[in-house]
Amino acid sequence: MATLELSRIHKTFGGTPVLHGVDLDISEGEMVVIVGASGCGKSTLLRITAGLESPTSGIVRIGGRDVTALEPADRDIALVFQNYALYPHMTAFENMAYGLKIRGVPRAEIRRRVEEAARLLDIDALLARRPRQLSGGQRQRVAMGRAIVREPKLFLFDEPLSNLDAKLRVQMRAEIRRLQRRLGVTSLFVTHDQVEAMTLGDRLVVMNQGRAAQIATPMEIFTTPADTYVASFIGSPTMNLLRATLEDGGAGATLAAGGSIRFAQPVPGPAGRPVIIGIRPEHVTPEGDLPVAIELVEPLGSETVMHGTLPGGEAMTVRVQGTAPVTSGIMPVSLKQHLHVFDAETNLRLHGLASA
Amino acid sequence: MRKGIIFKGKLLPLILMLPQLAITGIFFFWPAGQAIWSSLLREDAFGLNRDFVGLENFAEVLADPTWREAAQNTAVFALSVAVLALSAALLLAVQADKAIRGSGLYKTLLIWPYAVAPAIAAVLWLFLFHPQIGLIGRALNAAQIAWDYRLNGGQAMLLVIIASAWKQVSYNFIFFLAGLQSIPRAVLEAASIDGARPVRRFWTIIFPLLSPTSFFLLTVNLVYAFFDTFGVIHALTQGGPAKATETLIYKVYVDGVENLNLGASAAQSVILMIIVIAMTAVQFRFIERKVHY
Repeated sequence: MATLELSRIHKTFGGTPVLHGVDLDISEGEMVVIVGASGCGKSTLLRITAGLESPTSGIVRIGGRDVTALEPADRDIALVFQNYALYPHMTAFENMAYGLKIRGVPRAEIRRRVEEAARLLDIDALLARRPRQLSGGQRQRVAMGRAIVREPKLFLFDEPLSNLDAKLRVQMRAEIRRLQRRLGVTSLFVTHDQVEAMTLGDRLVVMNQGRAAQIATPMEIFTTPADTYVASFIGSPTMNLLRATLEDGGAGATLAAGGSIRFAQPVPGPAGRPVIIGIRPEHVTPEGDLPVAIELVEPLGSETVMHGTLPGGEAMTVRVQGTAPVTSGIMPVSLKQHLHVFDAETNLRLHGLASA
Repeated sequence: MRKGIIFKGKLLPLILMLPQLAITGIFFFWPAGQAIWSSLLREDAFGLNRDFVGLENFAEVLADPTWREAAQNTAVFALSVAVLALSAALLLAVQADKAIRGSGLYKTLLIWPYAVAPAIAAVLWLFLFHPQIGLIGRALNAAQIAWDYRLNGGQAMLLVIIASAWKQVSYNFIFFLAGLQSIPRAVLEAASIDGARPVRRFWTIIFPLLSPTSFFLLTVNLVYAFFDTFGVIHALTQGGPAKATETLIYKVYVDGVENLNLGASAAQSVILMIIVIAMTAVQFRFIERKVHY
């Protein structure tokens, strides 16, 4: 167990910058999830933490010790790979014992630790098998076992669930969380799946084009996204983002689609300042004077998601409880509560929650 | 469901296969059959007289002390060539796999020796190690090391081993490099995170994962040393001095072509054929057992 501290991590691959100075502090026993679209630099950040890549500049500290120049072997970390990366010529037992053997742990102690981890992961019956004789989920467990027997200071996970089928993924997700809580090991988890991120992390790092767009708890990120990227990345269906201009005094705004809305607290800025109004589909009130031309209705049983367009052509998604009030044509809505206001130029959030 | 095209009748497929069957028949089965038949006969040097003698030729060959010596030479020679060619190729392949800049050039140059004919390769080595005209040969003698492979049997054996191994390194290199490149990067990264240093990583991860390639190459190299090195030996030492570099294949040539003892020569080549068939069979059984993924 240890803290992890990344400060001003830059990385350039052959002239192409992929990380633009990322700062991250993880406290002891915390599980932090890095989430972002592919190519945002999240895996590179993880590999820099592991020591498989070296940063162009910046410092990595594990447990307060500067490990930037150290080999992966000297960092006392464990990494679970996306494709498991088990040693194909070794049995599950040997796979888990390999790191301990190298560290010169006595044979009896190795046996005890591997068997304990195997019981914990429910793979004690599979220890004599080789990776090719195991299913995807079982390989995943052996890879987890290989990480935990070492009792490292830090767990790193590189999209470990993305090769599993949907049902197994949900099950393993819960299992990883339970295990991490139980062992209390500081963990860094990389994923592109927002549901995984929301359910696993104590805190999330939402990455966008080599920058940490926001670092906060899952609920903070959901309720007060720092910019429009975070707002649209987290939450399903995606948050509606609508162009608008500020009214005099900042107490409200005029939508590009027509009609005006009121804020609970005034937004700073001169009249006519271009802004973006964000509202989640479930916060749209399905009555009012803003007409939405419904194009597609998705009944999901307990709720219904309706996709349509506003008069200006902007897309609008509305989520209602139960069945759809209309199935085609025009549905009038209003935007009253849980409004997010972003600057139209910088895409940054303008203040706290602006609800009416 | 069967994949591919199915021809009606038997004539067309037979005609299409005929060229390959003809090549195999004329250049492999016919001479092999002739050799087996000759090995059962005793013939005079002019081919005027032949008697069927059964397995007498084999009994004579196996009892012949010079044949046993040649067999011993072959064992030493083949094992040394295989070990030397395999280990040099593996070392080079590991280095080439690491290289990033100029790796294309490096690989091309390493593959060239394979294109050199055995006799030409032997002449190249002759120019290096000849005691009077060879660069290294002269340097050795100048440094008070008595070097003359034409007189010293051990030195002669060493020279044919090195020359033969050098020619086979390229072939092994290609296979080892392909084998190395097929090992997933993540597996090696996992090993380095598990704490394994490069040397340890090589012996515990890379080497075992290369074992199918190594077993295959071992057989190919032994067969090469048994048969294809005739040209090297013929051009460098002619089996001498005092039969020190006479291998089984070279003895077949000496007894058959030079001494015109056709029955004994044929019996020897049949024995060689049996040895190689046995080696290949062992190899296939072994590979099926040993490959784990």
